[in-house]
Amino acid sequence: MSQAEQKKLDLLITGVGGQGAILASDIIGKAAVTAGMPIRAAETHGMAQRGGSVVNHIRVGNDYGSMIPKKGADLLLALEPMEAVRYLDFLKDGGIIIMNTQPIVPVTVTSGLTKYPEVSDILDFLSEKYIVKAFNADDLAYEAGNRLAMNVVMVGAVSGYLPIPKETLLDSVKALVPQKTIEVNLRAFEAGRQKVEES
Amino acid sequence: MTMREYMLGNVAIARGLLEGGVQVIAGYPGTPSSEIIDTLAARKDRDYHIEWSVNEKVAMEVAVGAAWTGVRSVVTMKHVGLNVAADPFMTLAYAGTKGGLIAIVADDPSCHSSQNEQDTRRYAQFALVPCFDPSTPQEAKDMLPYAFEFSEKFEVPVIFRPTTRISHGKSDIELGEIPVEKPAPNFEKLLDRWVMLPKNARPRHTHLLSIQQPIEDALAESPWNSLELKPDAKFGVIGAGIASAYAKEALVELGLDVSYLKIGVYPVPRKLILELLETVDAVLVFEELEPIVEEQVKMIAQEAGIEVSVLGKNNGFVPREGELDVSAFLEALKKTFDLETEAETSGTSLELAPRPPALCAGCSHRATFYSMKKVFGKDAIYPSDIGCYTLGIQSGTVETTLCMGSSISVASGLYHAGEKRPICCSIGDSTFFHSGMNSLLNAIVNKANITVTILDNRITAMTGHQPNPGVGYTATGEQTVQVSLEELCKAMGAEFVSVVDPYKLEEIQEAFKAAKEFEGVAVVIARQPCVISGKRAGIRRTPYVVDPEKCEGCKQCVKFGCPAIEFDEQNKCAVITALCSGCGVCAQICKFDAIQEVKR
Ligand code: SF4
Ligand code: SF4
Repeated sequence: MSQAEQKKLDLLITGVGGQGAILASDIIGKAAVTAGMPIRAAETHGMAQRGGSVVNHIRVGNDYGSMIPKKGADLLLALEPMEAVRYLDFLKDGGIIIMNTQPIVPVTVTSGLTKYPEVSDILDFLSEKYIVKAFNADDLAYEAGNRLAMNVVMVGAVSGYLPIPKETLLDSVKALVPQKTIEVNLRAFEAGRQKVEES
Repeated sequence: MTMREYMLGNVAIARGLLEGGVQVIAGYPGTPSSEIIDTLAARKDRDYHIEWSVNEKVAMEVAVGAAWTGVRSVVTMKHVGLNVAADPFMTLAYAGTKGGLIAIVADDPSCHSSQNEQDTRRYAQFALVPCFDPSTPQEAKDMLPYAFEFSEKFEVPVIFRPTTRISHGKSDIELGEIPVEKPAPNFEKLLDRWVMLPKNARPRHTHLLSIQQPIEDALAESPWNSLELKPDAKFGVIGAGIASAYAKEALVELGLDVSYLKIGVYPVPRKLILELLETVDAVLVFEELEPIVEEQVKMIAQEAGIEVSVLGKNNGFVPREGELDVSAFLEALKKTFDLETEAETSGTSLELAPRPPALCAGCSHRATFYSMKKVFGKDAIYPSDIGCYTLGIQSGTVETTLCMGSSISVASGLYHAGEKRPICCSIGDSTFFHSGMNSLLNAIVNKANITVTILDNRITAMTGHQPNPGVGYTATGEQTVQVSLEELCKAMGAEFVSVVDPYKLEEIQEAFKAAKEFEGVAVVIARQPCVISGKRAGIRRTPYVVDPEKCEGCKQCVKFGCPAIEFDEQNKCAVITALCSGCGVCAQICKFDAIQEVKR
């Protein structure tokens, strides 16, 4: 693999509107610029954000469009289990999935129209074809000091795979989260990173 | 050293306008265009006028006035907004401008948050004005100063057409200089230009036609079109706008030796197209939405008597609707070269629950719709409009959505057609100011018998919380008059106007009952700030909890549809989650008094 190719990474972040997928992608994007790499990203805005399913494309080291081709993503970062499955078409066979196991139940389920699949079934299904690292990121964020830092836990979790130095990512966390929450978010990042390193 | 920054496409566009020395910016919010004005309005060191206008037509006219003084102006909107602004725009093409005028009209292939997929490039053709079609956020930014200059050179307005993936894409952007010197405004009284009497319009039409060729020639030389001819290549690809980036990526990936023409601005570069056509046997045209380039290529080939097959949307090689991507390009190539297409393999045995967007927990629209349904019942007809509240389709109270401001007029039409069922339409405050006012006036004067509900959440919520004339401040946060919806409706002749708090179910239901009885146009204004902007403004409410002792598991509160209420099947009891914003509506719905405020 050439130097340039090693620095290319297509990453998909999926989740539910309101979980902070955009901030997670911004942290990575800003860090990539600091590290001097071209970066492209696409995100969901507007109507779909109101608790709907959202997906962000992030392409590090890429000069073209912001959309990852089908079966093109190296990595899928899922902030919610069911949303990990919804966009699998974009992930390479044998690709890596980092998944938060904490479900968010949609209104279609609470109102009794449909059922939420068992998280264990989701995990079994995903493990057949992909490399899966799953853990409850909400709990880790809570231990770090704030449940809302779940998205930063997930950035920490994916950080080892990114062609961007850890320090640069941390600087970008500091620059983008609210001043008061920097400490909590740095802890959240470390918690996520450790979780994946251990597994 | 050049500065690079990571930014949203719309922020890059805003930056491009600054680098182009813009002095007046007006627009109406609409996804995916809204962040352009939001970004510029938030800047502290402003030396330009910026506003959210009440609709796109008005915004266009403000920009026109400014450009006629010789300064550079911009109007922003989404694609369907140009339908509203089409009236001034079509004639503006005749009159032309002095200062550069750019109409930024964002297209939304695949209707990510729109009611149709119309292609703004058709309007450019229709009006005979140039159209810039960026392929990346960087190019979008770089095009704008050029577009201003171009507009001034030919004294003609130009369209700038980003698509969703440009506007809401993010990228590292190389920044340029922002000019400090700007021209002073000076309105020249050119009556034969600014007064479109027939006697003036006729020669202006001739003039507009006469500059088409010079415009095309100038654009062909611009950096936005480029031709790469490969020696011996018998196959060519033409990519336009963002689709050209997808095509290029796939071609590089496959290492194919084909000739490639990128088009970034219209009218299309006839010279470059001819050069390409003369060397190949077939071309594949790849562009989002309508087959505009494709049609032009066919015409050019025919006129020049060149035998070449043109593949694209018309013969099914590229889909005509929806969004394109690299995969769509690969599909088209496979069809062209008759290759096997892989069978889709992503089958899953897991049943995924759909996750449609929903009104927020505690959104007052849900409470209004709940009460509306209670009073008007299943039999009534519910025309509605465009905004967050369109999501009320889940409450069964949104039965039509045509375009901004249409709910009241559609309701009138239903009534005048002889519908005997009760008709209760709904419209947001911003949408009402946009163009609902005209419809209300019309309904009143023409004696419709309908109930009009103004869902007054004190903001334009869906597009990102922009101010409207009801809130008392401008785009830049400056204080201004606060227009009273109730006084406005009364002034238009409405004899029944009732302002209610939708969180108080009894109060709003009483109002709906009275409105239903009323002969004529009854207006119910349901007023409660959007929970998101309310929270930002410091409104704090105590959350609610379900007392499991008292809960009978009747699911009435669950049926209400608030995302904060879940049902615990094991214990047959409702549960309120951390999403609760404390509106207190579910507590009023519960017959067993099982829902109460959290005690502190
Ligand atoms: S009080 Fe009830 S209806 Fe209102 S937000 Fe909380 S759970 Fe939802
Ligand atoms: S953003 Fe505001 S108006 Fe829109 S659904 Fe949420 S609470 Fe309601």
